[in-house]
Amino acid sequence: MTSDSRLEKILERGEFTVTSECGPPRGADPEVIRKKGELIKAAVDAINITDNQTSVVRMSSFSSCVILKQLGIDPVLQMVTRDRNRIALQSDLLGASALGINNVLCLSGDHQKFGDHPTAKNVYDIDSIQLIQTVKRMRDEGKFLGGDELKGVPRFFIGASANPFADPFEFRVVRLAKKVAAGAQFIQTQCIFNLDRFRRWMEQVRDRGLHEKVHILGGVTP
Amino acid sequence: MIIGSGKPIKDILAMIEGCTKILIIGCRGCVTVCSAGGEKEVGILASALTMARQQEGKPIEIKEMTLERQCDPEYLEQIRGVVDEYGAVVSIACGAGVQFVAEKYRKIPVFPGINTNFIGVTEEQGVWTERCQACGDCKLHLTGGICPIARCSKSLLNGPCGGSANGKCEVNPEVLCGWQLIYDRLKELGRLDLLEVIIPINDWSTSRDGGPRKIVREDLKL
Repeated sequence: MTSDSRLEKILERGEFTVTSECGPPRGADPEVIRKKGELIKAAVDAINITDNQTSVVRMSSFSSCVILKQLGIDPVLQMVTRDRNRIALQSDLLGASALGINNVLCLSGDHQKFGDHPTAKNVYDIDSIQLIQTVKRMRDEGKFLGGDELKGVPRFFIGASANPFADPFEFRVVRLAKKVAAGAQFIQTQCIFNLDRFRRWMEQVRDRGLHEKVHILGGVTP
Repeated sequence: MIIGSGKPIKDILAMIEGCTKILIIGCRGCVTVCSAGGEKEVGILASALTMARQQEGKPIEIKEMTLERQCDPEYLEQIRGVVDEYGAVVSIACGAGVQFVAEKYRKIPVFPGINTNFIGVTEEQGVWTERCQACGDCKLHLTGGICPIARCSKSLLNGPCGGSANGKCEVNPEVLCGWQLIYDRLKELGRLDLLEVIIPINDWSTSRDGGPRKIVREDLKL
């Protein structure tokens, strides 16, 4: 085990695993998160908290995760590289670990054009694959990207996303392979609406043996 | 070349409000080629401003000049003596030209008559697109001669995000997905293997992030 994550434990045992997603509120009221958490707590193994999804400003994923943690839920901290550079990302990773968050999902994030602040400057100092490398380096080597040693290493179960439905289709599995090589331990796919394409993508995943190296959770939406 | 495009006349009128004599200077470099700031555009801008000010009942005297370049000191010497007779200069060179004029002629306000947009190419008559962000550390040998920093909306270094669909970027259907272009070119070249390699976290210190840049060539200095 690389972390104290319940999600990691269950996936490593090979059990059927269900995660869900909570969008934080567009305000400072923690009750919104508590209410959502209580609603689905009994039905899921872990809950993802989105990080300003679609570039709309919301309560931070980090703080929402802490609120869920207080309810006894195993939260998955989503982190996008759109808004923070490597300094801020590493700093938040340390803070998240210190507050008992065990899972992190590394993403590039939606472009700010789609959000409520389309005139913002984006960051993209690093990309999602490089963020996976960053978390792994901090955890396994105990080092910052800059090379200095950490005093107390974070123990994260590292996740990433995959979108088998975007283009170029043949490159999608390459992206997955790179994420796995970078250190991703679990994958959450985008919602599957096209089963045929998902099937073809999974064939490529199996051809490369990636299904044996990483836990893949298929995304479904009601 | 550096691509520029004209500013709205009302913006320029606001800059020169109160001036009765102005000098408009064009540049025969990049902005002539992209039809934004050459001799012809100096004439058009002068006519437009003259007419607008006549309509306002505040006539203005405008002198037109076009220099070989505004980014080399010897050409800027050609306006020495002339410039002092005017209340303001409107330069329709790129931002480098505007600033260099302002640096050399410190007592006279210098206003930008165009917007400097990007380093790019003429795709076809009347169509220019961006190619380079001058990051200072060219990686085009790794990406099939197509720059992910300039051509991916998120400057991702390890492949397309989930927003690539049918060759287009989700940010704007007019924009081609840089990573689709990279994929297609590397496929043509039989070098898809390059895409399997994780491009490491970038050193942005050679880019604008390292502060204003300077190159000194001792072998060329006088």
